[in-house]
Amino acid sequence: MTKVFTRPKSLTDKPFHYCPGCTHGIVHRLVAEAIDELGIREKTIGVAPVGCAVFAYEYFNCDMQEAAHGRAPAVATGIKRVLPDRVVFTYQGDGDLAAIGTAEIVHAATRGENITVIFINNAIYGMTGGQMAPTTLIGQVTATTPYGRDPGKAGYPIRMSEMLATLEGSAYIERVSVHDIKHINQAKRAIKKAFETQLAGKGFSMVEVLSTCPTNWGMTPVEALKWLEQNMIPCYPLGVKKEGK
Amino acid sequence: MSKVLMKGNEAIAEAAIQAGCRYFFGYPITPQNEIPAYMAKRLPEVGGCFIQAESEVSAINMVYGAAGAGARVMTSSSSPGISLKQEGLSYIAGAELPCVVVNMVRGGPGLGGIQPAQSDYFQATKGGGHGDYHLVVLAPSTIQEAVDLVMEGFDIADQYRNPVMILGDGMLGQMMEPVEFRPLSSKRELPLKTWATTGYTGDRPRNIINSLFIDPQALEEHVKRIYQKYEEIKKNEVKVECYNCEDAEIIVAAYGTTARIVKSVIQKAKREGINVGLIRPITLWPFPTSTFEEWAQREHVKAFMSVEMSMGQMVEDVRLSVNGRKPVYFYGRTGGMVPEPNAILSEIKKVIGGVSR
Repeated sequence: MTKVFTRPKSLTDKPFHYCPGCTHGIVHRLVAEAIDELGIREKTIGVAPVGCAVFAYEYFNCDMQEAAHGRAPAVATGIKRVLPDRVVFTYQGDGDLAAIGTAEIVHAATRGENITVIFINNAIYGMTGGQMAPTTLIGQVTATTPYGRDPGKAGYPIRMSEMLATLEGSAYIERVSVHDIKHINQAKRAIKKAFETQLAGKGFSMVEVLSTCPTNWGMTPVEALKWLEQNMIPCYPLGVKKEGK
Repeated sequence: MSKVLMKGNEAIAEAAIQAGCRYFFGYPITPQNEIPAYMAKRLPEVGGCFIQAESEVSAINMVYGAAGAGARVMTSSSSPGISLKQEGLSYIAGAELPCVVVNMVRGGPGLGGIQPAQSDYFQATKGGGHGDYHLVVLAPSTIQEAVDLVMEGFDIADQYRNPVMILGDGMLGQMMEPVEFRPLSSKRELPLKTWATTGYTGDRPRNIINSLFIDPQALEEHVKRIYQKYEEIKKNEVKVECYNCEDAEIIVAAYGTTARIVKSVIQKAKREGINVGLIRPITLWPFPTSTFEEWAQREHVKAFMSVEMSMGQMVEDVRLSVNGRKPVYFYGRTGGMVPEPNAILSEIKKVIGGVSR
């Protein structure tokens, strides 16, 4: 019998710890498929964040480093400068990348650091129990915005892709979503392209993936996908934000 | 090789390069700015890489990544910047990564000042960041010693997979002395860095650089294993200089710049017929506890006095080591004030008057 579907070589057989309906599993798979298809697993080094994906080093079947909260782009910089012929990627959430690690991501991008960043934006802190993220939508209820995010008190959602696209050092930045099959396929293409950008030595690449957190959003997985489509995409328009160079 | 006249900070940078350091990540802060400037110029000449990071926080995390990839790597800073590096240092110690960190100490707390101080002793020797860990802390008192200790520091870091701190001060960084870059006298068997993340090709297990152990039992085992390593370090790496202790009535404990001043005080005291000794810890961690124990048991030693450029930090380790056998006194200046020989001598006379006459 021919095997038509199997686990990518770039994922270990360790079961994911993610909540039911969480889209981290999809994105992990897309990253692993892209690495497999490009045949770069043996020379890829990943950097895991602090947040829900903190155990990413147990799932990606390549050498990995676990970074402090928000510091993954700095850690990746250290690795890449020592091993410029290897492929280095970070996998970071919105609290990690857009709050505590803002300086690290901005300066990695502006240096044109030749690394790939997978940025999971689910508009909330998952691991710590659903607090407001910098990407939380206006009016969105979280553990720390129990009356909804009030921009007068808690500011506005931050659009990292658009912000980083203004920097001369960034080579490729795209925002994608994983709320349905069509968009998952697009996300896969973008992730692969980000790695190709690095392989071509063009500089900093990032794919922002709009994702769900059914547990902390208080929704079923299906409701969460719908909510992403209806509420997140209008705030975070999909598409290529930066290309060419 | 002949001697060259060099500024302390530049000599430390060159020593790192001679020791095979090819990566440096730093952020500007006085009084250590000559180190990154020298590295920015020299590293490209030897095929290395210098990055001026966006912050000390980023710099130490670049060190983490580079060390995890198997490179010899260094960062330097001064007190407020070293405070910012504490998060990274804790992770580096937890993940057991080798690196060298230079702290050219200035007065604190807060923004403090830019003049020489020794008030980061607690931070350097007791951990500094969160969790159970130690840095190996080397405290040179001359530029030649700084050069030698930087070079050996990289070996110590690699041998034990532990971060090493060079604890200097603004004085040591800014002054000039003749130095020689010479091969290390001690030859160590350094383990191969088989744990480095260089790409998983299948000829070894997958390498993961990590300090997360979510299971408390696993974390306890991890920390206990690191502490076994510390026992080895305590056994093998203590460095201390004993100067004029043989007939000393009083023994002064001082390190770094302060120890230099105390040496001139000892000559002065001799001329006045007072016998003063000096115990100069060269490793502040591991602390030369047994040296203090030994001298504390000598009949002729009436008292100890710790002299520091702080409000009294190393004196606590001196007291723990002397362990009540003899009285322990303290004299210090802080905030960037350097103790004057006459002031130290008059403190010594007060102590001697109190304990033996």
